[in-house]
Amino acid sequence: MEDFTISELYRKLRDKDISALEVAKKYIDRIKEEDNNIGAFLSFDEERAISSAKLADKEISEGKGSLLTGIPFALKDNILVEDLKNTCASKILKDYIAPYDATCFKKLKEKGAVLLGKTNLDEFAMGASTENSAFSITKNPKDKERVPGGSSGGSAAAVSSNMCVFALGSDTGGSIRQPASFCSVVGLKPTYGAVSRYGLTAFASSLDQIGPLSKNVEDAKIVFNVIKGKDINDSTSVDYKKREEKKNLKIGLPKEYFADGLDKEVERLISKEIEKIKKLGFEIKEISLPNTKYVIPVYYLTSSPEASSNLSRFDGIKYGLSIQGEKTNNLFDVYSKTREEGFGDEVKRRIILGTYALSSGYYDAYYLKAQKVRTLIARDFDNAFKDVDIIISPVSPFSAFKIGEKKDDPLSMYLCDILTAPVSLAGLPALSLPLKVNDLPVGLQIIGRHFEEENIFKFAKILEENE
Amino acid sequence: MIKKEEVEKIAKLARIDLQQKEISKMETEMSTILDYFDRLSEIDVSNVEPFHFSFLDGNTSREDLILIKKEEVKKSFPKKEGDYLKVKEVF
Repeated sequence: MEDFTISELYRKLRDKDISALEVAKKYIDRIKEEDNNIGAFLSFDEERAISSAKLADKEISEGKGSLLTGIPFALKDNILVEDLKNTCASKILKDYIAPYDATCFKKLKEKGAVLLGKTNLDEFAMGASTENSAFSITKNPKDKERVPGGSSGGSAAAVSSNMCVFALGSDTGGSIRQPASFCSVVGLKPTYGAVSRYGLTAFASSLDQIGPLSKNVEDAKIVFNVIKGKDINDSTSVDYKKREEKKNLKIGLPKEYFADGLDKEVERLISKEIEKIKKLGFEIKEISLPNTKYVIPVYYLTSSPEASSNLSRFDGIKYGLSIQGEKTNNLFDVYSKTREEGFGDEVKRRIILGTYALSSGYYDAYYLKAQKVRTLIARDFDNAFKDVDIIISPVSPFSAFKIGEKKDDPLSMYLCDILTAPVSLAGLPALSLPLKVNDLPVGLQIIGRHFEEENIFKFAKILEENE
Repeated sequence: MIKKEEVEKIAKLARIDLQQKEISKMETEMSTILDYFDRLSEIDVSNVEPFHFSFLDGNTSREDLILIKKEEVKKSFPKKEGDYLKVKEVF
């Protein structure tokens, strides 16, 4: 089956070389054939896809089509679609049916894109391997013994194995960029506030962002331009004003990101890419982000407290799993037994860590302290961006690891986020660009100033064309 | 370091009925994680403000509209009686 990009498929649909219905059927067949081996999808809705595709054909024949009309895509299973399950890969939401559409999905639907299904993730988006899903393991299409990364591992694997043209994921500390890097696709975490989170199941509200995973940079740009913008239902979303494009982009290399712990092969590939960037005529400058060593504690002492608050809504009362058997004598028992039964190990760990960091006597030392150091981490980027327009680094210190390799070592799993979490803490946009490799995929992280996604796309396209 | 009693207390605050096996596992894992996080204690932030997004200054408000119909919300109730959500007794 051909590996279509949005633009290619758009031209074929416009020129009537193929109908949206034929396209949808091709991808449905592809999922039926391939997903047994990969496990990217948690649910898929053939009937809905067929009827959206028919609608898309009607739009195209009336000349009303957009770039996305008839393009098949997938959503991470923490983004709501009315009347479809939204499990967050958690037992606590196993049978939960969403009562409304997320804003980002609504926008894609209005443009005529065709939803195929919903993809696997680490439970409530907490993890870096998709192994924390309560339902299934997703395999990396590039090496099936390895993880696809996470938490948007299902979305990355689906795009990578051509089971959809693009997908949406969510990124809190690297959850779009790292799986994109592991599965050799493009992934964009937009600027904090650029895309509405209405209808995204909240994990850490000062960090969560929705973004695209796609086959190339142009596709990520097309999808981003559709989903971005202020939404009355998300008070943290902002009016996206395009910044002026820079002519001569200056590139920064943070010396702390190339310290010990970087895998040799990753280092070699990134150095090769840096040489290429120099040859293309870009000025490269070494920069310093001195507070990098505090990133992991600050990230986990920010995201876990926020998660413990956000996940308090899963209490067995209003929706989802509810344990009300003989052993539950009162309301407290319903809460605590539902949560014991419904949450997996990692989610419990984060809730305990988060509750601890917010509890009386520890708040100042952990949560408040982390918020102050977060200011310093963000300031590091502000200072660096006075000298350069773009910062580059690896997305992950290593490529995809084996399934099971880090599962029982939470701290080593947390350290996966070391190069992506600082960008999230500062609310900056960043894109993962797959490099040309012979072996396991490696992604280059391209970081820009707030709301300067345009510069990222421009630079990434130049590298992509010269890959 | 975190003690077993502290894990038990936090689990209660977080409304999770952790089993004994989970509590001792949590005690070990949490201690490893908090030991690593201890590096934060070396940095002086007495003159630093907690983080906020400068481009999100000010409040936003909107009209208080019904976005999801009552019937839709009721569908998800684990237990109900008429229009009411039914829960166990509090005490």
